[in-house]
Amino acid sequence: MSARKLLMGNEAIAYGAAEAGVKVACAYPGTPSSEVLETLAALSGAKGFYAEWSVNEKVALETAIGASYAGLRALAAMKQVGLNVAADPLMSLAYIGVDGGLVLVVADDPGPHSSQTEQDTRKFARFAKLPVLDPATPEEAFEMTGYAFELSESLGLPVILRPTTRTCHACQDIDLSRAVRPPHRQHSHFEKGSDKVIFPSLSARRHPWLNERQEIAGEKFEDSVFNNLIIAHNSKLGIIACGTGYNYVREALQLTGINASVLKIGTPYPLPGKPVLELFNHAERILVVEEQEPVVEEQVISLAWRNKSSAVICGKHDRLVPREGELNVDQVKSIISKFSFGEAVADNNKATQPPVLPLRTPVLCAGCPHRASFYIFKKAARGTDAVFSGDIGCYTLGAMPPLNAMDACLCMGASITIASGLYRAEPHRRQVAFLGDSTFFHTGVPGLINAVYNQADITLVILDNSTTAMTGYQPHPGTGRTAMGTSAKKIELAGLIKACGVEMVREVDPYDLQEAGKAASEAMNYPGPAVVIMKRICVNLAKKGLSSQINPEKCVDCGSCIEEFGCPAIGRKNGRPEILKNCTGCGVCAQICPAGAIEEVVKEDYES
Amino acid sequence: MMASRALALAAMENGLSVRTSEVIGMAQREGAVTSHVRMGHDLSGAIIPDREADFLLGLELSETVRALPKLKPEGSVIAATSTIIPVSVHLGLAEYNQEALMDYLKKYTGKLSFLALDDLVRRAGHPKTGNVVMLGALATFPGLPFSREQLLTSLLKYVPEKLKAINIRAFEIGCKTMEGA
Repeated sequence: MSARKLLMGNEAIAYGAAEAGVKVACAYPGTPSSEVLETLAALSGAKGFYAEWSVNEKVALETAIGASYAGLRALAAMKQVGLNVAADPLMSLAYIGVDGGLVLVVADDPGPHSSQTEQDTRKFARFAKLPVLDPATPEEAFEMTGYAFELSESLGLPVILRPTTRTCHACQDIDLSRAVRPPHRQHSHFEKGSDKVIFPSLSARRHPWLNERQEIAGEKFEDSVFNNLIIAHNSKLGIIACGTGYNYVREALQLTGINASVLKIGTPYPLPGKPVLELFNHAERILVVEEQEPVVEEQVISLAWRNKSSAVICGKHDRLVPREGELNVDQVKSIISKFSFGEAVADNNKATQPPVLPLRTPVLCAGCPHRASFYIFKKAARGTDAVFSGDIGCYTLGAMPPLNAMDACLCMGASITIASGLYRAEPHRRQVAFLGDSTFFHTGVPGLINAVYNQADITLVILDNSTTAMTGYQPHPGTGRTAMGTSAKKIELAGLIKACGVEMVREVDPYDLQEAGKAASEAMNYPGPAVVIMKRICVNLAKKGLSSQINPEKCVDCGSCIEEFGCPAIGRKNGRPEILKNCTGCGVCAQICPAGAIEEVVKEDYES
Repeated sequence: MMASRALALAAMENGLSVRTSEVIGMAQREGAVTSHVRMGHDLSGAIIPDREADFLLGLELSETVRALPKLKPEGSVIAATSTIIPVSVHLGLAEYNQEALMDYLKKYTGKLSFLALDDLVRRAGHPKTGNVVMLGALATFPGLPFSREQLLTSLLKYVPEKLKAINIRAFEIGCKTMEGA
């Protein structure tokens, strides 16, 4: 019986960790990383380990560190911007080191598809002086995960596994029998007196140790199965490809028939010298293909200089390979042609120009309670020139037309603090901050305490849909459920906010425009920080069964349901508004309609 | 996504390697969602280069046209006539010309089948079976590395027990519509 299983890259990482005997796994969700912990949580019962959704990435990493200090194999997973939040423990941990293997899975998102930045975690790893593995495929991600635990224990350092979106969210048939088996030692005991108290004197002592680890890691990578050099004896061209870039190079060479030696790199930092030097012996011109930053390229150039190699090295520094966005086979084909022949091969198969295609940007779902919340505050703020600061989540889409209800949005938790800063600059202007329940737990709480302490007169709107929706409906401390499916103490938002010192707190249902509108006006006019909790479960988790319809005899075709509300369940038929089949029956548009033309009906049943 | 995994699993069970690529994240909020499925030997990445796809299954008309550059010149298209008009069109920020899109597909694809997917899904009895109807339609094409039955079997592995009958019906509706065409 074959042990091959169809797994997504993130699932493969989870299986790799479970097979390697991970005992504690922690994460905060973020695309494209979320399925790592979702899968681990699903496997935790059968495999006997612990998995949690932590409130943020710093908390996740620190919890994993504690487990590692006691000798257990531990994992923390996050997206690339999550690593910014976890940077503090990570930078210090490099000096202290780990006991049980600690693997940090950081998913990068070149493009970006679902992120604020295109930052390259390989560069972060170099900055933190930590080894990083870059899987090209889900299968390699699976194998690298087990190896990463072993490497972590042998170096005494945390190891970063950095897949990108195209590995995280690709599926592949994977041979699970090739898993790395866990070590015999899986004791859990924290040894006192083992240099875990970080003082300047300890850091000074550990820094040379940390630097020496870089050399040892580079040497270990010289014979790694994740790096592979194939020499083309009748070619003077060489290509070094890292991570997913290798897939594109491989296929582009097949499609173009170009002959070149290829060095595949799966361990971009510290870059092993030996295979690169060997390539220098065979190739006169070398192209480095990698997405994002020139991490491998800069190390290759440095190796060439130190070894007095005369090889010409091409890549990002001479603008042959782009430094922004994702690569793909078609692009790499043209890069390799240019590298080989000095010019891109003309494309004779130019596609015909299609008719104008409709813009299809993401928008809030039909019936999303956030749309109602933004509508309410836009109405309450009419004529005030209020600034709306937003945050990271589905509700960032409140910035889209026709709501246009977001003037600034930067990173997790920043809505409250940016609003507070804007208040210092313009104390007479209304400042309204919007963030979700999960984001509030993530990094919103310190900002709110700061606003209260320093008396920033802002209005905070917590869009409480009882889930972490954008990343796939993960639970959080306000939901009363854990990652492993057990029930938990439910942290009540209103109580928490009052305990932070906020005196004006209202909890309302955004589907009730009148009540919620009253609370919005009150909060905006309140002197001092005020909070409105817009409480309504995410429409994708709610039971549906109702729908609305427009009574054509009453509709005056004023267009306000479309032009002010913009629900994707309201379209036009023969120029007049109509309700579409994706209507969830939230009933908010009926409250907006000035003619009272929108009525609630029981959803039409499908034939059975 | 279920459709792409079912295709991959069917190919895998016939000894082929597979790669699929899914779009997850912000695009799932009323944006365009595309899956790539590759099957064979000696595969590289999951993303299909331009003019390399054998089949294009389009569940929405404008998105089918958007994905057309991926299709081989001799490739086949199964295109739903269904449209999902984005909010941007209702707001007058974009246009959606159904007729022009259909004409374009007719003119520039050799092997094209239109499916009145909305009607077929209604007949199947569940609003979310469009992808399964499409798989049924695909299953009638020659040259696939798996049989019709194998594809259905793989598909049912991703379907909860109580929805199996409806999915079988949707799959068969897809097959029959294609054969009747």
